[in-house]
Amino acid sequence: MFEYVWLIVLLPFFGFLILGLLGNKLGERISGIVASLATVLSFALAVKIFIELLSRPEEERSVVVTLFDWIVAGKIHTAIAYQIDPLSMLMTLIITGVGSLIHIYSIGYMHGDKGVPRFFAYLNLFMFSMLNLVLGSNLILMFLGWEGVGLCSYLLIAYYYDVKDAGDAGKKAFIVNRVGDFGFIIGIFLIINYFGVLDFLSLEKAVEAESVGALVIFWITLMLFVGATGKSAQIPLYVWLPDAMAGPTPVSALIHAATMVTSGIYMLARLSFLFVKAPETMMIISVIGALTAFFAATIGTQQNDIKKVLAYSTVSQLGYMFMGAGAGAFTAALFHVMTHAFFKALLFLGAGSVIHALHHEQDIRNMGGLRKKLPITHFIFLIGTLAIAGTPFFSGFFSKDEILWKTFNYNIVVWAFGAAAAMITSYYMFRLYFVTFWGDMRYHEHGDHKVHESPLVMTVPLLILAVLSAFGGIFGIPHILDIFHIGNYLEEFLKETVLDGSKTYYGHNVEIGLMVFSVTLAFAGFLIAYKLFYRNRKIPVKDDDIKGLNNVVYQKYFIDEIYNSLFVQSILNFSYGLWRWFDVLVIDGIVNGVGKIIKNFGDGSRDVQTGVVHDYMISMAIGLASFMTLLCLYLW
Amino acid sequence: MPKECEKRFLQPGKKGNKMDQILNITPGHYISLSVILFCIGAAGVLLRRNAIVIFLCIEIMLNAVNIALITFSRYFDQSRGEIFVFFVMAVAAAESAIGLALLIVVYKQKKTIDVDEINLLKG
Repeated sequence: MFEYVWLIVLLPFFGFLILGLLGNKLGERISGIVASLATVLSFALAVKIFIELLSRPEEERSVVVTLFDWIVAGKIHTAIAYQIDPLSMLMTLIITGVGSLIHIYSIGYMHGDKGVPRFFAYLNLFMFSMLNLVLGSNLILMFLGWEGVGLCSYLLIAYYYDVKDAGDAGKKAFIVNRVGDFGFIIGIFLIINYFGVLDFLSLEKAVEAESVGALVIFWITLMLFVGATGKSAQIPLYVWLPDAMAGPTPVSALIHAATMVTSGIYMLARLSFLFVKAPETMMIISVIGALTAFFAATIGTQQNDIKKVLAYSTVSQLGYMFMGAGAGAFTAALFHVMTHAFFKALLFLGAGSVIHALHHEQDIRNMGGLRKKLPITHFIFLIGTLAIAGTPFFSGFFSKDEILWKTFNYNIVVWAFGAAAAMITSYYMFRLYFVTFWGDMRYHEHGDHKVHESPLVMTVPLLILAVLSAFGGIFGIPHILDIFHIGNYLEEFLKETVLDGSKTYYGHNVEIGLMVFSVTLAFAGFLIAYKLFYRNRKIPVKDDDIKGLNNVVYQKYFIDEIYNSLFVQSILNFSYGLWRWFDVLVIDGIVNGVGKIIKNFGDGSRDVQTGVVHDYMISMAIGLASFMTLLCLYLW
Repeated sequence: MPKECEKRFLQPGKKGNKMDQILNITPGHYISLSVILFCIGAAGVLLRRNAIVIFLCIEIMLNAVNIALITFSRYFDQSRGEIFVFFVMAVAAAESAIGLALLIVVYKQKKTIDVDEINLLKG
């Protein structure tokens, strides 16, 4: 079955081709079915290959399927080859599985929109790129996918191209990602220069051989991490992700929560053999992750757009993953990637269901009391909230606590930021939940704008995701809580592929203590939200009434404004100067000067052409005579 | 020109006809005639304005060349030059026919064949 792995990648691409070429002829319904079918088949094939992989002994679970040579230049030899191993299959299953559900959900959500075939074509192209990213067996193929998902992200954020905000957000995402990709490319160049190999297996061998110095490894890993901060929205390049919510909600769920933004973590895990050799980089990753987790969470507390809250929550949760990866706990980070894909996709799709029901109302101040009208959405949103807040035995609890436990062993300051973020997360998620679903209904129904529960095609994927969010944690139960001896599947499964760079200094008692502590923190966050928004029925105030520190947080610490004046304006001024001085004076001067010289020469020499036959004949005679004279002198 | 050649060139050709030998006409005389005719023709081309006269002068130049060709042909006892003269004459005839036709057209258009008046190519 392994040799058919290319079909997993290519099926969505076929879908893209069909929809891109014939989409408008097929119509809305068939487009949705074609796109979903491509993804579901891809998922089915992934499951089949996954089962076959499981049936192999642990040491043989890494297979590279080479299709053909791609780039052969000098010492660089790159093939289109796909690597099947536990890490890539885990990611493939998340991507195709959650992707399938979101495709099906989109059929309902996008119903009635005028560009549905285009939407599904982009979505399938995204699946193709993302699968290339995770299945590619070398850095170049990974980079192809990396850029492909960036492109699709841009196309899908700017899907509503007639809305200026959406177009701007798309451009912002694309440009900010360019900055990160620049770092990634430099990292790849450094690897080519110092190792000369690009496929992961040879690279791992080359790194093990320790032929290059620690400084080189430091710079390589740092540059690769810069790439990861762009794609995975970490400080300082996170600014594009909240704006990316201008895209359709399923896109936010698929690309900007579940899959694409986790590709930075995947890259770290894939190159874990490189990163564990650079403890300084790991420290930077961990600190950046902790800061991102904390600051994004604080911004999330003041947002009033249902999708913006979830967006900052995503940035914050990605911060968690980097925090864990920086502490060397790549497996824990990947575990959080998986559970986060479940519950954040669930929350986004739940939010989409609310937005769908309220006819594109996104401000939670205009919602309230929706639990009666939208019982299923309310139920699944509650599950998602419980999972992300870290309620015991929901999926988020296991993954988040594992990360916190590993970081506690790594660095207590980093852990403190993470723990604080956990409490804030619990607070803002329950704030969102209470303000949206409890209290009085503030949405005014009018005419045919009745609030209605979403159709089955949307609620069934929601329910499946709800089950996964609730029970997805059983794949990674920590040993001390493993009363029924289920075993930590994920850790066992990944240990051959992903290195474990974490260390454990503290005993089980401390682990239990930390668990209790973080649950207490989450409960405290819940209590504050409960008191404010359920008991006191507080509603977030209007934009103009937000004062003081709250306003600073509400305005996202003015980071966008700072970036704007620092980078955007300075580049604009520089360009203006270049236009005024260099272009107008130097370039135009040279171009016009050359023209002027030739024109003057022509003006001067035009008098030669008198048009009188005699003049031509005389000059011919003189010329001939002088030529003959010269010839005679020469021959003499 | 080397002395021997010069001497030979100024003596009547061995195969020249009786009249030549009697009058002591050497190839040099023929060449001189050719040069003089060529110069007359060239001067006419350069100085006259009437297009037909210019044409005639061109014919004079061509024929001057023909004389030179024949002279050398006889002198070296080869027939190449004579063949060449036939070609020149044929081409000259064709050229005159076309040239005169063009002149007629020009005259119809401009009511003159003064070449100084025809200066459409002035830059």
